[in-house]
Amino acid sequence: MEKRDKKVLVIGVIGADVHAVGNKILYHAFTEAGFEVVNLGVMVSQEEYIAAAIESSADAIVISSLYGQGELDCRGMREKCDEAGLKGIPLVVGGNIVIGKQKFEDVEKRFKAMGFDRAFPPGTAPETTIEALRELLHMDGEEK
Amino acid sequence: MKAVLLIDFGSTYTKLTAVDVEAEQILGTAASYTTIHTDINDGLKSALALLERKTGELNYEACYACSSAAGGLRMVTSGLVPELTGEAARLASLGAGAKVVGVYAFQLTEDDLEEILESKPDIFLLVGGTDGGNTECILHNAKMLASAKPEFPIVIAGNRTAKRECERLLSGCEVYSCPNVMPKFGVLNIEPTQKQIREIFLNRIIQAKGLSKVSDILSDIMMPTPSAVLQAMSLLAQGCEEEAGIGELVAVDVGGATTDVYSIADGMPEHMNTVYKGLPEPYAKRTVEGDIGMRYSVQGIVDAAGLHRISELSGLSKDRVVELVEELKEHTDRVPNGDIELEMLDYALASCAISEAVSRHAGTIAETYTMMGQTFVQEGKNLTKVKQIVVTGGSLIHTKRTEEIAAHALYDPANPSSLRPKEADVWVDRTYILAAMGLLSTYYPGTALRIMKKELEYHGHSK
Repeated sequence: MEKRDKKVLVIGVIGADVHAVGNKILYHAFTEAGFEVVNLGVMVSQEEYIAAAIESSADAIVISSLYGQGELDCRGMREKCDEAGLKGIPLVVGGNIVIGKQKFEDVEKRFKAMGFDRAFPPGTAPETTIEALRELLHMDGEEK
Repeated sequence: MKAVLLIDFGSTYTKLTAVDVEAEQILGTAASYTTIHTDINDGLKSALALLERKTGELNYEACYACSSAAGGLRMVTSGLVPELTGEAARLASLGAGAKVVGVYAFQLTEDDLEEILESKPDIFLLVGGTDGGNTECILHNAKMLASAKPEFPIVIAGNRTAKRECERLLSGCEVYSCPNVMPKFGVLNIEPTQKQIREIFLNRIIQAKGLSKVSDILSDIMMPTPSAVLQAMSLLAQGCEEEAGIGELVAVDVGGATTDVYSIADGMPEHMNTVYKGLPEPYAKRTVEGDIGMRYSVQGIVDAAGLHRISELSGLSKDRVVELVEELKEHTDRVPNGDIELEMLDYALASCAISEAVSRHAGTIAETYTMMGQTFVQEGKNLTKVKQIVVTGGSLIHTKRTEEIAAHALYDPANPSSLRPKEADVWVDRTYILAAMGLLSTYYPGTALRIMKKELEYHGHSK
């Protein structure tokens, strides 16, 4: 069988969140960086990320949340992935993922405890996320 | 005069339509019992004799046929995720005019395989994975199928990466390969697969079902009947080069055993504040409700609508409804024929059948509140703006209350989440010409369209 020449990312904005602009920017930034991107758009449920990741054999799931409810929305995502046969799939989250001013170190710790591989604070540049994805997916040897 | 003969081999009737394609009119129609168990030629011959009595002897320039005889085109599908490639496979099969007798998702088990072999499908559709995506599932399923040495043909239309490997695994079986039904997430590409299904139907099924004996009188094209109807409805909605169509439409055929619903409409969200979820559906979409029918499946209507509703609509007591329904189940050939009670019951049954079948076909909308205010989530097709409804089926033809019954296809304020047409003109196919016109449209689209416009009877405007 032919080998895939691009890593596949499933992206979208989780929960009852309709912030569409950042999602579009990420889609273009990831595509530009050489990823194959399955964009689920806004108001995405955990099940939708998982279904899309199964069909496309995704290499990672990148979740955005802008409206402060990200922590609630993301709860149980890792367990559901395990259940669906996506054991070990890298999970990345970013945006305004919690309410109010909290130390991001604490926030990051909580998301890592929930099974996320990386969590990013508000204002993270796409390049930072792309760098992290390359590292997570062991793409260091590849041409940038 | 240039006469063309159109044949519909049904499961109980062989229906003939003779058309003069020069004068663009129907010369006559006739129907006779289909006798597929003995010789299909008998049914055809007696129908031809009946037709000849009406039209006189005709010299046909061409003869085209469609068939739903002997159970129609029975298909089983397997995909990966039920809502994604599983659904894509189902939609592709239904749109090709098949009767889908089994839908599987994820890896096939030994139990599944036994079930599949038992259901003896005419065609198996094997899909799974977007292009470049998951290959594990489709390969596993190919292996499972191969182990059973199936006699039915298998159409492979999954992840292109796995195509060759699937072909190798299934070597020795009758295998056809098509482009992926879902090449990318959320993108359907079902037409090539449907074309392939139709070709297999033509070459293989017809022989298996004893229709080859009549093939010497057929000039060309042979397709499953629902596929012919879908073609007619697409033409009626969209028109062709020489003649405009009537615009987006919904068509319902309430039969004795099943109810078919067709929509030729875009159906995407109307407003900016509506988010679309799930697989986008085909512009020309067909669904079949196997549990909704006026006789063989009458219990399904009662189960779906509730005894209370049937009693309310018919004006009969619940006990009487139960009695009559039992009678209809036993005597599936019973028609009202002046029996007032049965007329009232049939009215209620047909109304509920249409309402239920169109609700299942149409999309839904749900209201949610987000931080940004009110938002709507739409799944499936939004048919609220569709302005034309075409209906057919015995219960709608042999009644004076056609429009009243058809109105049950419309939007119901009591069920606002169902995206059915808000108001529409009602058209009735009183002479069962839809399948025939679908056949004719392959060669004479303009003629078929003009005949449909002439023959379909306007039955008022419903809100």
